[in-house]
Amino acid sequence: MPLLEVKHMTHYFGGLRAVHDFNLSIEKGEIRGLIGPNGAGKSTVFNLITGIYRPTEGDVLFKGQSIVGKHPYQIAAMGLGRTFQNLRLWRHMTVLEHVKMARYSKLTYGLFGAFFDTRKRRREEAEAEAVARELLDLLGVHNVAHELVTNLPYGMQRRVEMARALAVEPEILFLDEPTAGMNPEELVEMMEVIRQVHAEFGMAIFLIEHRMKFVMELCERIQTLVFGEVIAEGAPEEIQNNPKVIEAYLGEEVET
Amino acid sequence: MTAFFQNVVNALQWGSFYALIALGYSMVYGVLLLFNFAHGDIFMVGAYIGFFVATAFLALFASGVGLIALPSWAVLTLVILATMFLTSFVGMAVERIGYRPLRNAPRASAAITGLMIGIILETAVLAMFGAQRMKFPDLLPGLSSAAQPTFGGVIISWQKVLIVGVAIVLMLLLQWFVSNTKWGMAMRAMAFDFAAVPLMGVPLNRIASLTFALGSALAGAAAVLYSMAYPVLDPYMGITVGWKAFVAAILGGRGSIKGAAIAGFMLGFIEIFSATIFPSTYRDLIAYSIILIILVFRPHGLFGEEHTARLRL
Repeated sequence: MPLLEVKHMTHYFGGLRAVHDFNLSIEKGEIRGLIGPNGAGKSTVFNLITGIYRPTEGDVLFKGQSIVGKHPYQIAAMGLGRTFQNLRLWRHMTVLEHVKMARYSKLTYGLFGAFFDTRKRRREEAEAEAVARELLDLLGVHNVAHELVTNLPYGMQRRVEMARALAVEPEILFLDEPTAGMNPEELVEMMEVIRQVHAEFGMAIFLIEHRMKFVMELCERIQTLVFGEVIAEGAPEEIQNNPKVIEAYLGEEVET
Repeated sequence: MTAFFQNVVNALQWGSFYALIALGYSMVYGVLLLFNFAHGDIFMVGAYIGFFVATAFLALFASGVGLIALPSWAVLTLVILATMFLTSFVGMAVERIGYRPLRNAPRASAAITGLMIGIILETAVLAMFGAQRMKFPDLLPGLSSAAQPTFGGVIISWQKVLIVGVAIVLMLLLQWFVSNTKWGMAMRAMAFDFAAVPLMGVPLNRIASLTFALGSALAGAAAVLYSMAYPVLDPYMGITVGWKAFVAAILGGRGSIKGAAIAGFMLGFIEIFSATIFPSTYRDLIAYSIILIILVFRPHGLFGEEHTARLRL
């Protein structure tokens, strides 16, 4: 049974068909890439799977269970973590708080526990803090744990976002353009971060990217999305040499 | 000098009412980008709930009359807690029925809905209890005749000390809740980026309900305290106090808890001292002109952040 399976997913925004007959099957621990030109519907695919939009047609199975119609928070708590193309951090919260917040679904104490500061609450909060600190350590941002994210450089904010996504203990991690706005140096660092995270936790990763080099090096299989339709799927070399992909990226080939 | 201290105490008392109510406006705005214009009427409903709770508890627990005799401070504590608890359900119902279906509608729709919910609450109370004003029972009999505390030769009533004290304790509790619990953290997160919150496994709707519940509970507490000082209830009592507390919320900075608390007290001081310096009929004119001038220089309020329309996924 694949970890995540998407079957014939189609989505309309009003009359506009944003995604058409999208199929996907990701196994445990696999790294997958989704590429395509701007406006191809890549982020929409992410939003459909993570429950922000409900697909017009088709089904999404996570660990064999349909997640269509579930709330995004339920899907996240089931073990689906994600980062965003444009960092969606909580500007005036500290780095540590970001990661602790994502432990929400693991904290089970109730209002009574909060007001009377029960042993259970203290234990759970301490656990959340310990997990958060480990993640910050892993991503090399532990020394800024008490800084507000708004004061951090961009590359570090990306790492904080990654730590936050990892705090939900994902079995699959969705990365929406993890290198957006990065310089080549930061890009290499980010690639290392992803490799390291994958080695440490072994979760499946599904990532959207623009930079071919990045996807080619990381992913085992790649899908190319153009105008909401998958036009090519395969190993990196196959995709790289696929005329349809080249056409979509560079325009039609001109005979010389 | 005596008059001055009396005024300070009065300002603190009014400031407590404004601050407690303003917190409800500010929290809801911070979390949901929504001004709950029915909040003043939730305060009013809180006063009526307080009336019934107080009457019932006095019958049950008052020494000499009740089944189990409890000291009057214990009865008062129970009345405040029970009123807060019950009023929180009013707030949650307003959110569930009135605002949640409009989560993605233009903000103006939500504002208009709020005003209508306010009118519905007023007229519902009017229909149920009639137009005659009701007298809030005396929860602390004997307190007004007891020896009152003095400060530098000025007599301060126990009641005022109690009102200000309870208000401050509640605000500190709220501050603690927001900075130390998972829900409080989620409320702050929603204030900065709403859309990212559920994707981290946090149930948005539950946090929205809780925000309304907390704000309304504070309004319920304010209603009991207010009714102790001004023991006459009528269905429109929430309008003026509600609007003034709304002004305090704006003055403090939308979404800022610290701001709402401080601005509530500031408003109390500005009002009371306007009335001492100028004829009392000019009180609101002068007081709100001052606030208008402050807002000209600080349009986002004292502790507010510049809010631009946030992207929602």
